[in-house]
Amino acid sequence: MSLLEVRDLTTSFQTGGGEVTAVENISFSLEKGEILGIVGESGSGKSVTALAIMGLLPRPPARILGGSIMFEGQDLLRLSDRSMQRLRGPGIAMVFQEPMTSLNPVFTIGEQIMETIGAHESLSQKDRFARAVEMLEKVGIPSATSRMTDYPHQLSGGQRQRVMLAIALVCRPKLLIADEPTTALDVTIQAQILSLLMDLRDEFGMAIMMITHNMGVIAETADRVLVMYAGRTVEQAPVGRLFDHPLHPYTRGLLSCVPTLDQDQDRLVAIPGSLPEPSRRPPGCRFSARCSYAVPACGESIPPLAMFEPGHAAACIRVRDIG
Amino acid sequence: MGGILVRRLLGALPILLIVSLITFAMIHLIPGDPAAAIAGMSATPEQIINIRRDLGLDQPLLTQLADWYLNLLHGDLGRSLLLGQPVVQATMLRLPVTLALSAYALVLTLLIGLVSGILAALRQNTWVDQAAMVFAMLGISLPSFYLGLLMIIVLGVDLRWLPTGGYVAFTDDPLGWLATSTMPAISLALLLAGLLARITRSTMLEVLRQDYIRTARAKGLPNRTVVMKHALANALIPITTVLGIIVSLLISGSVVVETLFSIPGIGQLLTQAVLNRDYPMVQGGLLITTALLVLINIGVDCCYALLDPRVRYDGG
Amino acid sequence: MTEARRVSPVRATLRRLLHHRLFVLGCVLFGIVLLVAILAPVIAPLDPNKLSMRNKFLPPSRDFIFGTDNFGRSLWSRVVWGAQLSMFIGAAVVAINAVLGTLIGAAAGYFKRLDNGLMRINDALMAFPAVLLAIGVTSVLGPSVNDVIIALAIVYTPRTARIVRSSVIVLREMEYVQAALAAGAGHWRILRHHILPNAMAPLIVQLSFLFAYAVLTEATLSFLGVGAVPPTPTWGNIMAEGRQYMIDAPWIITIPGAALMITVLGLNLLGDGLRDVLDPRLRIQQ
Repeated sequence: MSLLEVRDLTTSFQTGGGEVTAVENISFSLEKGEILGIVGESGSGKSVTALAIMGLLPRPPARILGGSIMFEGQDLLRLSDRSMQRLRGPGIAMVFQEPMTSLNPVFTIGEQIMETIGAHESLSQKDRFARAVEMLEKVGIPSATSRMTDYPHQLSGGQRQRVMLAIALVCRPKLLIADEPTTALDVTIQAQILSLLMDLRDEFGMAIMMITHNMGVIAETADRVLVMYAGRTVEQAPVGRLFDHPLHPYTRGLLSCVPTLDQDQDRLVAIPGSLPEPSRRPPGCRFSARCSYAVPACGESIPPLAMFEPGHAAACIRVRDIG
Repeated sequence: MGGILVRRLLGALPILLIVSLITFAMIHLIPGDPAAAIAGMSATPEQIINIRRDLGLDQPLLTQLADWYLNLLHGDLGRSLLLGQPVVQATMLRLPVTLALSAYALVLTLLIGLVSGILAALRQNTWVDQAAMVFAMLGISLPSFYLGLLMIIVLGVDLRWLPTGGYVAFTDDPLGWLATSTMPAISLALLLAGLLARITRSTMLEVLRQDYIRTARAKGLPNRTVVMKHALANALIPITTVLGIIVSLLISGSVVVETLFSIPGIGQLLTQAVLNRDYPMVQGGLLITTALLVLINIGVDCCYALLDPRVRYDGG
Repeated sequence: MTEARRVSPVRATLRRLLHHRLFVLGCVLFGIVLLVAILAPVIAPLDPNKLSMRNKFLPPSRDFIFGTDNFGRSLWSRVVWGAQLSMFIGAAVVAINAVLGTLIGAAAGYFKRLDNGLMRINDALMAFPAVLLAIGVTSVLGPSVNDVIIALAIVYTPRTARIVRSSVIVLREMEYVQAALAAGAGHWRILRHHILPNAMAPLIVQLSFLFAYAVLTEATLSFLGVGAVPPTPTWGNIMAEGRQYMIDAPWIITIPGAALMITVLGLNLLGDGLRDVLDPRLRIQQ
């Protein structure tokens, strides 16, 4: 049994112009201790998928139309609010992209770590304090004890992201969802945080869902990769396969601009055009409008995700032709 | 923290100086002869001369100004013409009455305003939200003296639940005080509760959208903790800033409510003073009340700093 | 794809206002009061001060639809003429505020040298509790309608000035204003063409709420007996006189009170709508 198994997840958002789907028929699984990279541009549905797993999609306007999210054998979509809340922290934890705004400005970082422990375990104040300090040390905050009484505004961005990690990991989650954890940080800090994540994965044996638009981050960390485009999976492969033999034209585009860690781009310039608005998606393959290999047939129906090698699937009808 | 207090006090000095100048100038802005205006229509020339001499209006303006500030430094604001008491003494006798009523009304305001504002934000766009906002809109549109009159008719006369007026000091009879103060406090509080509910709702909605609220949920905190601790602690910061305005409106409102319910507070004192052309009392009462409000606002600023560590640390 | 059809901004704003249901309700309520005020001589031909001791304390009936008061005066006439006075006072205070508030606020916001002095005086005037200051000023000036208008203008202009000033300070630093300055445009021209038109939205919102405060505070002053002298038919005066008889003749206070509430409610709804449409960033003021 996989730790996490997402099947045919489909979600939508109510917007001024009607309901649009954000994520469509997403399926993937994650094993214990594995790092799955999810790549795609902003708006491709990565974060929506993550929030759906966390049960944190704002509903309304969001709605889950179908599918299942099995975590350790139970369907999170059928879980009560109360059980879901208990699962967040010790089961699944998440760190967000914006370390500057993700910590509550009016509480000390010690309080913010300790209350997380308090929500899930009955420990004495003293033990919670010790656990929090230990965790701060683990994530590399120097002189952790004295930092406990600091407020978020007294820390740098990199330190805040470390604190976020401490909060996420303090209950030893089995799955950590890291949504662009390094995007807002300096290059050197980025590398530190990533290697810290890898170390902690080894230490705690947790699985990580690494969401990023940066192929460099994927290359450094992931075991397997899921490439998303406009709400759908376009390719899925072990990281080595993906970098050596990308099948989908979109993945090829992503790789051809090969951003490395020290070169961060929000838009992937090598691919002309931009992600279509959800309401303006072309019929058929959603990438067809930007694809240099597109033929008329691409616009007729959405290509299914087909397995080309064991563990390597792509959603493109032209894979054999352009190979 | 202490730094903020000192800075606010220093910043208030020019304001207090101008406030005192304005109150000083009031008597000189009376069209025509102030002494004659104070004495009234039926006064004899001797009475007018006496008043002029008693109030020092026969002195050069600069001498009067110097005397005004000299006396001010000694805590002397002159004598009430109507009561024959020193102005400061008369004010200090009435002040506790107004402050007690204001405190009661403030408690009601905070209870009703915060609770309905928070509920409205949490249940945005549901009937709870709409009911709370209709209530708030009616509250801010209902003049306090009209509400007071309606309550006197319904609660006081028809149902005989509460006394229609009169005043019992809290120190004499706490329950009697509660009985006589409840209708006045409600008339004062409803408007302010409406105001506070609207501000609380919009602030809470703003705060609930913040990233740190998402973090709090992602940590697995119960919803109650997320709202009552993480959201409220942040929402209270901007809400505190309107507390100064609310207290100022309370004092303003108490003028008419005290007159309506015959409560011997500052408001009634000043209304009587104005109606009887007791200018030293008007000047002194206005100055003392305003100075008090300025101090309360400084207190509010300090609360603001207490609630917000960013201000507390950077500004201290 | 950006080629949206060009709609004039004024029209677009109007359309959004008309879709704001509470704004429309506010306009209707306020419009009724305004109409009554304007049509007072037509719809209430009976002199509001005409005494008729034979007719005192008549409850609302076909002859006197709002009843009569302790002097047998027609309450309908008094309330209708009271509406006219309230509207006149409110409009006058709003007009004075618009002019003086804009002048003072623009001067303080635009000319840094004037800012400190003007705003200190402003802050000092705002430090007084509003009703107390209004009472104090009327005690100095006297008890006529004009004196009440001046008192309310003194109380509320500083609040308006502060709002204009904060918009002007933001606008002054805008690039197009700096560019106009660099191009040699005069201060007056910059203020008139570049700054003030863009500072209008918050000002208009403020003025609609101000109208409500002015009407409310005027009624409070007359109710206390320090506003326009009786028997001037202001709503506050009518209610103050009716207070003694409120048990036997409650209509003398409930009717003008309801009129006052409808006016204030209408203006508040109108102001809320204007704020939502014109300036969504603006928080609830005061």
